[in-house]
Amino acid sequence: MEDIATLFYFGMSPSVFAIVYFAVLLVASCAAAYYNQRSAFLLIFSLTLLSIIVGIIGGASALSMIAVTAFVIAMAAMMSYAFREFLILIVSTEMAKELRTAPLTAAFGMFIIFIYAIAGIFAPWIAPHGEAEVIASAFAPADENMLLGADQLGRDMFSRLIYGTRNSVGLALTATLLAFFMGAFAGLLAATKGGWFDNFMGRVADVIMSIPSLIFALLMLSIFGPSMPVIIIAVAIIYAPRVFRLTRAVAGNVVVMDYIEAAKLRGEGMWYLIRREILPNSTAPLIAEFGLEFCFVFLLVAGLSFLGLGIQPPTADWGSMVRENATLISFGEITPLIPAAAIALLTVGVNFVVDWMLHRSSGLKE
Amino acid sequence: MKPNKKKEVLLKIRNLKIEGYTDETWVPIIKGVDLTLHRGEVMGLIGESGAGKSTIGAAAMGYARDGTRITEDSSIEFDGMELTTATEGERRALRGARIAYVAQSAAASFNPAHKIIDQHTEAPLHYRLKKRMEAQEDAIDLYNRLRLPNPEEIGFRYPHQVSGGQLQRAMTAMAMSCRPDLIIFDEPTTALDVTTQIEVLAAIRDIVDQFDTAALYITHDLAVVAQMADTIKVLLKGEEVEEAPTKQMLDNPQEDYTKSLWAVRSFESPQRSREGRECLISVKNVDAAYSAGPKILDDVSFDIYEGMTVAVVGESGSGKSTTARVITGLLPPQKGEVLFKGEPFPADYRDRNKEQLRQCQMIYQMADTALNPKVKISEIIGRPAKFYSGLSGAALKNRVDELLDLIELEPSQYYNRYPPELSGGQKQRIGIARALAAEPSFIVCDEVTSALDQLVAEGILRLLDRLQDEFNLAYMFITHDLATVRSIADEVVVMQNGQVVEQGPKGEMFTPPHHPYTDLLLSSVPEMDPEWLTTLLEERGLENIGEAASDNIDPDAKKVMPSDV
Repeated sequence: MEDIATLFYFGMSPSVFAIVYFAVLLVASCAAAYYNQRSAFLLIFSLTLLSIIVGIIGGASALSMIAVTAFVIAMAAMMSYAFREFLILIVSTEMAKELRTAPLTAAFGMFIIFIYAIAGIFAPWIAPHGEAEVIASAFAPADENMLLGADQLGRDMFSRLIYGTRNSVGLALTATLLAFFMGAFAGLLAATKGGWFDNFMGRVADVIMSIPSLIFALLMLSIFGPSMPVIIIAVAIIYAPRVFRLTRAVAGNVVVMDYIEAAKLRGEGMWYLIRREILPNSTAPLIAEFGLEFCFVFLLVAGLSFLGLGIQPPTADWGSMVRENATLISFGEITPLIPAAAIALLTVGVNFVVDWMLHRSSGLKE
Repeated sequence: MKPNKKKEVLLKIRNLKIEGYTDETWVPIIKGVDLTLHRGEVMGLIGESGAGKSTIGAAAMGYARDGTRITEDSSIEFDGMELTTATEGERRALRGARIAYVAQSAAASFNPAHKIIDQHTEAPLHYRLKKRMEAQEDAIDLYNRLRLPNPEEIGFRYPHQVSGGQLQRAMTAMAMSCRPDLIIFDEPTTALDVTTQIEVLAAIRDIVDQFDTAALYITHDLAVVAQMADTIKVLLKGEEVEEAPTKQMLDNPQEDYTKSLWAVRSFESPQRSREGRECLISVKNVDAAYSAGPKILDDVSFDIYEGMTVAVVGESGSGKSTTARVITGLLPPQKGEVLFKGEPFPADYRDRNKEQLRQCQMIYQMADTALNPKVKISEIIGRPAKFYSGLSGAALKNRVDELLDLIELEPSQYYNRYPPELSGGQKQRIGIARALAAEPSFIVCDEVTSALDQLVAEGILRLLDRLQDEFNLAYMFITHDLATVRSIADEVVVMQNGQVVEQGPKGEMFTPPHHPYTDLLLSSVPEMDPEWLTTLLEERGLENIGEAASDNIDPDAKKVMPSDV
C-alpha cells in the first residue's frame, strides 16, 4: 500500500505535495492572467480557490484526488488530440476535412473504439492465457502472472476480459447490423410505397414495441434456448421497429422532394428510387442512430448475460463476468466492476462519436 | 419621394468588413463598405444574391450571423454609439426598441403558437415602454394605419389564419411597435404575388413616412426599390458599386454593372404563331381536386402547339401548378382529359409507357430540391439518357458531355461534381439538361426563374429560347412574373381561382381591352418610374389594388379598358 500512496502524491511527502500543488496552480493562473487568457485564467483560478476549500476539509489526500483526476483527464485529452491528428494524416483529404471538425470528445471515442477493435480482433495473441484455462485457485489475487487476479474458477480475469471484447462486442454488432438491415429496409419500403403497406408495417412495429424488450428477449430465449443465433435474432427483432420508425420518418421527408417526383415521372422502379435517390439522403441520421442503438443492444446483451440467459459459459462475456464475480463486491474488491467499467467506457466512447455525427447531420452550429 | 434634406446622421458605417468561416479559413464576404443613413431617410440596397445585402443589414444592428465575424477595423456607429465595441447587452437593448427588422418570409418568422398581437406587444412590454393594454391599443392603431382588414380583431388571430400579404404588413406593424429610429426591411415582398406586393409596398411607404423612420430596404428588384428609396446603393460581391439618389440613379447610372442591371429584361423572343404547327397537348374541360378537398381546377381547357411557349399566369393558389400536375399525370383529373397529339394521355403517370413518359418532362422552381444532392451531375443528366435510350459506356459519356455543352457548362469541369457545389443558376441549368436528356417534345417549366437573380434569370430564359428553336420544344411556362411572360411567351393563359379567365396570343394579352383580372395583374407590376406607385394609388384608390380587388373580380366579367376601372 505504501507504493500506491506515494504514487498518488507523485513521489512526494503529503506536505511537500500540497505546497507544490498550490505553487503550480498559482503560477499557471498568474501566467494565464498575464497573457490575457481570460477563460483559462478563470478555470485555473477557480480551481485554485476550490482546492483551498477542499484542502482544508479533506487534507492532502483530497488534493491528490483532484490532481490525479486532472492528470488522467489531461492524458486522455492529449491522447485524443494526438490520435485525431494521426487520423487526419493517414486518411484522404476529404475525410481529413471532416475529421478536423471533430471535437476532442469524439476523438477520444474513436480512440476507445480503436483500442476495443484491436483487443477484439487480436484477442488470442494479446491474452496471456486461454479463455477457459484454469491456472490458479478461485479468486486468487493479482500477481506478476495475472494482471487482474483470477475469477471464481481460477481463470485469468485479464485474458477473459480480452476475449470478452470479441464475444460481447461481436454479438452486439451482429445483432445491431441485423436490426438495421431489417428495420431500414422495411422503413424505406414503407415510406416509398405509402398507403396500406405503410400502415401495416407501422402497426406491426407498434405491436413489437408494445412488448417490454427484456421480457420479450427472456421469452424467446426460454422457448428456443440460449444460443448465439437465437440471441442475435431476438435482439434484432426487438430493435428493428425503432430503426423502422426512424428510417420511415427520415425517408418520409426525402420522398416529398422534387427530385423523387422527377424520378417517378421518369418511370423509375421502386428499387432504383430506394437505392439511388432515397438511401443516400438518409444515411447520416441512420449512421448516428446505429451508434446509439449499438449501445442499447450492447447493454441488453450484457443484461441478458448477467441474468444467465445470454452467452453461455465457458465463453467469456462481460455481462456474465460481472455476475460470476459479484460475490467479491461484499469483500470490498473492485474486480467485478472492471468488466462493467469496460462496458461503460465503450458506451461512453461510442456516444461521443455519435454525438459528433448527430451534430454534423443536423447541421447545428456551436 | 421626400427631398434628401440635410439631417442628423443616424447610422454611419465605415470600412465594414465581414468574414465568413469556410474550409477552415476566414473568407471576406463584405470588403469594406461605407454607408451613411440620415434620420427619416430610406436607403435601398440592391444587388444579386451573394452580394452581401442581408449581411450588411444584419451588421447595421451590430449582428453577425453564426460562422461570420465583423473585423476589428470596421466601424458601425448608430446614433453616436459604436456597435462593434459595445457589449452584447448594450446591443441587445437596441434591437427591437430602436432598430427593428422585417424578415423576408413573415410566415416563417412569426411563431405559429402565439397570437399576432401577443408577439406584437412583446417588445414594448419587454422594454417596459407600455402597459399591455396600451400596447394592444397601439397595435390596433397601427393595423388601422396599415389598412389591415378588421384591425380590431385581426391581431387576435394566429399567424396561419392570416394571408401572406397581411402577415407581412402585421410584421411591419410589429417592427413599428416601439417606434424605432431604424427599420431594416430584408426583401419584405419577394415571396409575395404582384397583386399582394403592391399593398405591402404602399403600406410600408406610408408608415415609414408617417413616423419619419429611417430604413434600409434590401431587395433585388429594381422597380420595387425605385418606389421605396430616397437613395440607392448598388452592391456587387461585397463591394459597393455606386450610390446615388433614386432619380439620378435611374436616369443616369454611372457604372457598367448598374447599367447591365437596368438593361436586363431587354430580351424578347420573337412571336411564333400556330400556323403550320401541330397541336401537341390539349387540356380538355379538366376538373381536379386533391383527395376530398375543394375543387382546385374548374373546367380548364387550353391547347399547346409544338415548338411554342404557353405561359400560364395567375396568383398563387390560382391552380397553375395543379394544371401542370394534371398534365404530367401526378394528379389524375376528376373530369375531362389530356390529349397528346390527339390521342388521350393515360390520366395516371403509372399507366403511361416509357415513350409517353419521355415526351413530357418537368423543370422545377427550386433547383435545390429538384436535384438529388448526393448524386453526381454526370449521373443526374446521364440517368434519363440511359433509362430511355439505353445508352451506356462511352456513348453515355458523350451524350452527357453534349448536354453539358448545350447548357453552356464546361463538361470536364462539372462532370464529377455534386449539386450543392453549384450556384443557383448552374443548378437550374442542370435541371434543364436533365429534362433535355430524355429528348422530350414538351417541357413544363414551373416558375423556373423566380428563385433566381435577374441577370441569371435572363440567361436561363435565353437558353430556353435557344433550345426551343433547336429541338422544336413546346413549353408550358408557369409564372407569376409578367416580365418573364413578356420576354418568352407566345401565348398566354390567365388563371384565377382554378378557372381560365382569358387566353390568347401574347400581343393580344398585353394590349387592351383586358379582362379585369388581367388588368389588375398587369397594373400591379412595378415599373422603374419612381412615381409609379404614387400615380397608381391616385388613379385607382386603395380599394382597387391588391387582394381586396382580386377577390371582387368575377371570372366571367367582360373585358374592360384600363381607364374604366
